Formats: sequence, structure tokens, C-alpha cells
Amino acid sequence: MDYLIQFIMSFIATASFGVIFNAPIKAIPICGLVGSVGWMGYYSFLQVNATEVHATFLASFVVAVVAQIFARWFKTPMIVFYVAGIIPLVPGGIAYNSMRSIVELDYTSGIEFGMRAFMISGAIAMGLVFAEVIIQLNYRTLNKGKTSMQSFARIKRQKVK
Amino acid sequence: MSNNEINFEMALDCFLLAGRIMIESGAETYRVEDTMLRMARSLGIEDAQSYVTPTGIILSIGKKQITKITSISNRITDLHKIALVNNVSRKLTNKIITLEQAYEELIKIQKTNYFLPISLQLLTAASAGSALMILFGGLWSDLPATFVAGAVGFIVVTILHDLTKVKFFSEFLAALFIGLVAHFAVKFHLGTEIDKIIIGGVMPLVPGLLITNAIRDLMAGHFTSGISRGAEAFLTAFAIGSGIALVVVAF
Repeated sequence: MDYLIQFIMSFIATASFGVIFNAPIKAIPICGLVGSVGWMGYYSFLQVNATEVHATFLASFVVAVVAQIFARWFKTPMIVFYVAGIIPLVPGGIAYNSMRSIVELDYTSGIEFGMRAFMISGAIAMGLVFAEVIIQLNYRTLNKGKTSMQSFARIKRQKVK
Repeated sequence: MSNNEINFEMALDCFLLAGRIMIESGAETYRVEDTMLRMARSLGIEDAQSYVTPTGIILSIGKKQITKITSISNRITDLHKIALVNNVSRKLTNKIITLEQAYEELIKIQKTNYFLPISLQLLTAASAGSALMILFGGLWSDLPATFVAGAVGFIVVTILHDLTKVKFFSEFLAALFIGLVAHFAVKFHLGTEIDKIIIGGVMPLVPGLLITNAIRDLMAGHFTSGISRGAEAFLTAFAIGSGIALVVVAF
């Protein structure tokens, strides 16, 4: 029951962010699905006693993998699918607590919350990049195209030669 | 199409417009460079060079051709436009459409507003905030207060951004109003946990995309773009934080 509520709520939240970020209309339910899969990953990892940074890393990895699959399916840039999906993982609450502690002149806990927020946002970006690179390696062994980051690096390399 | 038949000036304008729309819609820097250079190579322009930052693009399509600069001042998140430009670039690269058709399509994309009606955006902003409040462990009884706070924040940021064009100011005031709604909701016993209501209310304003794009740009080696996006994200977070802080201090 708890999992069901979490699933529905994360679907609503991410699909709504799809509307705010103006994703193409047919992609909005997919945004919601990507987001709720990512959030369910985060929630389950927390249940098995992973720390929040590790859980965020794994969840954003899941988000990127699912987003990449849909991006190839719909021939749409990956950014359309992952942007809304990572929103529930963004440490809004921790950043708020950090700001609030600093305003209340409790600098020690302010810095502590701030570092936690920084680590979590770093974990989100790391998860996305790791997933993109691993998928790219995977597709290259299958000889099937590449992600834009890799092809960008390839063009730059050719220029240097 | 042989190299001599290309209208180089139109090609340059076309690539630059594609890059401009993408940056204005919040695409990652390396994707913008990749799109522009891919389009150039598909037309046989091999020695194109580009330098992209969130505030401007420099594009050159060869030694004997002119170089153009475009300056960009407004950046929003509009995934629909990114997808459409990507589609045009894909079609041009696969030679389904000609350069002229691609340029016309891009001009049409730039002029059109693809956003859904503002009332629907308002509804979704409010429900996104409330749903996230539940996900972050809030109480069901705080749901109406969070809904109102999210809606108020979104209205304030939209109206003030239209009026003043200063992002920092509109976000600061939006956060201030969210704080006030949360404070009075708790005061009149319409809500219990002021922290959770505020967090839910400000989530639609939080620069999650900016932070992630900043780190991704840094990892792709675009340090200028990464740092400037990071600065934008920090300013937004600071605006939201100080708006909320004012309410916390005042009461």
C-alpha cells in the first residue's frame, strides 16, 4: 500500500513537472513513468538501509537508463525524459534546511545540510553520466549509434589530429 | 548537393538559429555544439568550428566564410522546442529536407509558443508541489495548504517575471509569498508542518535542471558553461532561500 501511494504520487509529481517544463504532450506520461521508476528505486534502496547519497546515485542511474531507452524508442533527445525524472531526487528539503539553519545563525548545521545537498546533487549528475557512458559502450559493442556526448568528444579528437 | 551550390550565409544563419533555440530552451552545451556541427558536416562543411556558452554562440563554417556571433539573454526550460529542433536536425542530416526547408522550419519553431495554457500549468505546478510534499514524508492534512502555496508561488513568479524581467527578484518574492501562505496556514490551523508546506511550495521553482546541466557541462569539458550555469543555479537557490528566510526571521 505504501509503495502504491509512493508510486502514484511520484507519477503525479514528475508528469506535472513534464507539463511545467513543456515536454511534448505524448512524452508527458512517459516522463511520469521515468520519474516514478526512479523514485521507486530510491525508496526501495532507502528501505534496505542504503545511505541517501548512494540511493540517489543508484536512482538517477535507473532514471538515465530508462530515459535512454525511451529516447531511442521515440527518437527524441534524452533530456526530455530525464529532466522531470530527477526532480523528486533533487535535495530541495535539505537545501531548505541548510538555508534556514544559516538564517537562524546555526552555521554548523547549516554547513552540514549544505554539504549533504551538494553531495546529493553531485550523485544525481554522476548517476546520469555513468549511465550514459555505460549505455554508449553497450551500444557500441552492438554497433548501433552513439550518445551525443560521445560523438561530440569524437569530433573534437578528430580536430586535434 | 555539391559544395558549390550551398548558400553559405543561409547555412550559417540556419545553424546559428538552431543553436540559439536550443540554448534558449535549456539544452546542454555539448548537445548544442554537436547538433550544429552535425548539421554542418551533413552539408559537406567539414571545418566548421563553434564556441557555445549559455550567454552567446560563436560559429564559423570555414576559413573563407564569414563568422557570426549571437548573444542570448533569456533562458527558460522548453523541452518541446529542443525535441523539435532535434527533429529538424535529424531530417537535415538524413537529407530528407533541404537547407531552405530546415531554415523555414526553425524560424517557425522560434516564433511559436508551444506552452500549454497557463491555467493548466498553474494546476500542475500546484499538484507537483503537493505530490512532492507527500513523497518527502508530509502529512495528508497539509495537502490543501501546500496546493495553495504552490499555486501562489507559481502565479507570483509568472506575473513578476513578465513585468520586471528580473529572474532573481521574481523568485525572491515568490518564495516570500510561499512562506507567508505556509505561515498563515499553520497559524490558522489549516496546516501542521510549516517546513514541509514550504518545501512542497518552492519545489516548482527549485533549479534542479540548472544544477544537473551545470555538472554535466563540467564533466563534458565545458568549464565556462558549467560555471556560468552553476552561478545561475546558485543565484536562484539564494533568491528562494532568502525569500523564505525573511518569513522565518519576521515571525
